[in-house]
Amino acid sequence: MVMASSLLVSAPEGLYCPTGDFFVDPVRPVRRALITHGHSDHARAGHGAVLATAETLGIMALRYGAQFAGTQQPVRLGEVLRIGEAEVSFHPAGHVLGSAQVAIGNTRERIVVSGDYKRAADPTCPPFEVVPCDIFITEATFGLPIFHHPDAGEEVGKLIASLRLFPERTHMVGAYTLGKAQRLMALIRQAGWDRPVYIHGAAEKITDFYIAHGIDLGEIRKVADAGKTKLPGEIVICPPTSLADAWSRRFADPVSCFASGWMRTRARARQRGVELPLVISDHADWPELTRTIMETGCREVWVTHGEGDALVHWAQTQGLKAMPLHMLGYGDEEEGGDQTEPAAET
Amino acid sequence: MNRFAELLDRLAFEPSRHGKLRLLTDYFRHTGDPDRGYALAALTGALSFSNAKPALIRGLIAERVDPVLFALSYDYVGDLSETVALLWPASPRPADLARNSDAGALATIVETLNSAGRSELPRLIVAWLDQLDEKGRWALLKLITGGLRIGVSARLAKTALAALNGSDVNEIEDVWPGLSPPYLPLFAWLDGHGTKPAADNAVQFRTPMLAHAIEDKDFETLDPGDYSAEWKWDGIRVQVACGAGKDGRNLVRLYSRTGEDISAAFPDLVEAIHLSRLSDVCFDGELLIVLDGKVQPFGVLQQRLNRKTVSAKLMADYPPHVRAYDLLYENGEDLRPLPFSQRRARLEVCVRQAAAPWLDLSPQIAFADWPALAAARADPAAANAGDDALAVEGVMLKRCDSAYVPGRPKGLWWKWKRDPFVLDAVLMYAQRGHGKRSSYYSDYTFGLWRDGQSGDELVPVGKAYFGFTDEELKQLDRYVRDHTINRFGPVREVTATAKEGLVLEVAFEGVQRSTRHRSGVAMRFPRISRIRWDKPSRDADRLETLEKLIPV
Ligand SMILES: [Zn+2]
Ligand SMILES: [Zn+2]
Repeated sequence: MVMASSLLVSAPEGLYCPTGDFFVDPVRPVRRALITHGHSDHARAGHGAVLATAETLGIMALRYGAQFAGTQQPVRLGEVLRIGEAEVSFHPAGHVLGSAQVAIGNTRERIVVSGDYKRAADPTCPPFEVVPCDIFITEATFGLPIFHHPDAGEEVGKLIASLRLFPERTHMVGAYTLGKAQRLMALIRQAGWDRPVYIHGAAEKITDFYIAHGIDLGEIRKVADAGKTKLPGEIVICPPTSLADAWSRRFADPVSCFASGWMRTRARARQRGVELPLVISDHADWPELTRTIMETGCREVWVTHGEGDALVHWAQTQGLKAMPLHMLGYGDEEEGGDQTEPAAET
Repeated sequence: MNRFAELLDRLAFEPSRHGKLRLLTDYFRHTGDPDRGYALAALTGALSFSNAKPALIRGLIAERVDPVLFALSYDYVGDLSETVALLWPASPRPADLARNSDAGALATIVETLNSAGRSELPRLIVAWLDQLDEKGRWALLKLITGGLRIGVSARLAKTALAALNGSDVNEIEDVWPGLSPPYLPLFAWLDGHGTKPAADNAVQFRTPMLAHAIEDKDFETLDPGDYSAEWKWDGIRVQVACGAGKDGRNLVRLYSRTGEDISAAFPDLVEAIHLSRLSDVCFDGELLIVLDGKVQPFGVLQQRLNRKTVSAKLMADYPPHVRAYDLLYENGEDLRPLPFSQRRARLEVCVRQAAAPWLDLSPQIAFADWPALAAARADPAAANAGDDALAVEGVMLKRCDSAYVPGRPKGLWWKWKRDPFVLDAVLMYAQRGHGKRSSYYSDYTFGLWRDGQSGDELVPVGKAYFGFTDEELKQLDRYVRDHTINRFGPVREVTATAKEGLVLEVAFEGVQRSTRHRSGVAMRFPRISRIRWDKPSRDADRLETLEKLIPV
């Protein structure tokens, strides 16, 4: 089965719209790019012109410097633009601050490129909006029926319970520095934890950016400013890669926690030497993926990256046309494998 | 069930031995009888439910989940119990087993499983799975299908047990063979209100003495005159125990080095031991397959390992043999406190008197100094190993005056393995691993160059799934994902041409002809010793180089 549409094709650079002559989330520099959100696997530097939400443009500037592209154009959620022959609009994806789905349409059909998304509540960004379409393009990071993310509030409850049990130990929580870290801070506040939360240098700029956008995260302090204290009984949020490196030795008998959807399986958690796994994800789990596909009313599903085989199989059993695109270059963020963080000082 | 599930779950995540011991001791201290006894049985591998096979569990999940989705999920998770626990549809019914009085729940399950008939099992298991949460389902399925694989050995569980009353773990080992689940007299003694159970000494397992790997610098501090040397055989280490049971009949037991009773897998050997009229002895030796007086390579012995039933053909084709190397017990006397040289002398007499075809003595190697021993190790055939040299994997050094000390005491016994062979091969395929490394591409098939119809081509020669660090695993996983050119279910084919490809330095212990492999050769114990990010793939080794290592 050849999956093709007059509106969008899959190319080595990424998804390409011939009638509008632009790419969505290209992995190589292109003349014109539409960017769904600021994670570095989707938002790369060096494009000619970039169209994205103002928040995403801001995040890209933090990461790559103000001159990350030839020209930058902010777009409001819901605003309809015409690019060449195509009509384009951005809609909330509920993934991280500024994240959006890109809807591309003409008189005959509409395609939605959802980027990364989730349906669970997130106090730091507007909720996912279902955009009816003919072709729905989805990620499948957690595209297996074993992935059910539990309520994030209950997972944070485990962290708080552990802090009560080990008040003498620092609780280091590994979390992707853009999005997951700030959502975690907000969830910790919702759970009633009112002590300062400490952050690794790599999370400072992006956290300041969230606060500047009016998101209440309570009192955030930098580990670098904490002086000689070993922060017993405190929460320290850091990139996942810092859990196991020498940086962690400054804390009091640290408990290693990791907030990621991958923590659902024991093998992954054990592989990373995690003592307290927290199953908190900014990507849709299996019930969310399947529910979303049905709600869009689409007749065709394209799966960009992740565990595409299972989702494609499921979609076919529902009578939809479906195919994995096996696109390379996406999908590191839940692993914490992204090394191109905004300037990391320790 | 809650408590037991919690214990297994925490053990699975606890990295340190010390932490595991604390969790176990805590559990045994704060859990009542008979639950804790059944938990101990599960941890020491003493439970088996012959009617509850993995196939039954697969059948139950197949009624509830699409087979393709199940297969993909299982491939990802790598563990049947965990896959089913995660996929099992959540039940709206109240969770009796999880919440209401936990005490006795484990015992109820174990006793029910022991008494239930085959036809009742599916209904029972479904009812339990419906009542438990994900963690409880996982623990239940681990329990039912056996093989907990949570990094706890029987020895560790017994060590935790000994901590209850500060006794020595070897005291537990002494009385262990006479006990059975749920171990009420044992716990009564450990709790301080019961007498110590009597040891059933007749065919008791004695914790083995183990050797340290020797390093170059160690030789400087060792005097060759203090040591005796013998071959290290490439078989499996066993302990043979014979003695009169309570009813006066002669008993024979064959134990693995971890104390597992493997007699059932070698009925022919057990029969032969009975016939040889050995009694009231316990000795260590190497289990080997000897055909026409020649020791066979490990690959042949493997045909007889991990089998539940043993056919007559298997016994005829692969006759087992024991090559003895230490005598621990004889005629009511515990020889373990004696120096090795005296035990060895007694062993020689014992083996000679038995004059049994299945039994011989592991020869000692005469050497004047370390260089002489190094020469013997490099060429065992020219020393006294003769035709059996192929089954030699190095030499053992034992201090002549060393008592037999259970465990791995420092400085008494050393193993000096032969250096492995190494070759540079090219990564061709990768597959997701199982167990701890599932969900990573961690099983690697690698190939060597040979002449093909249109120039050089790669032929796969082996598969390795360890030898690398966790950090390297992540790099390899990433490499595989970024260089995939084909997918076959869980297997990915990666770019492997003369221009582009990843070179892996592979270490291995030997190589033999094989009709099952496309290359015609099979490597023994291959592992990744280094990742050669720097080396061009066209410079990897050729098949001919490997073929030259095949013994003639
Ligand atoms: Zn993302
Ligand atoms: Zn992504």
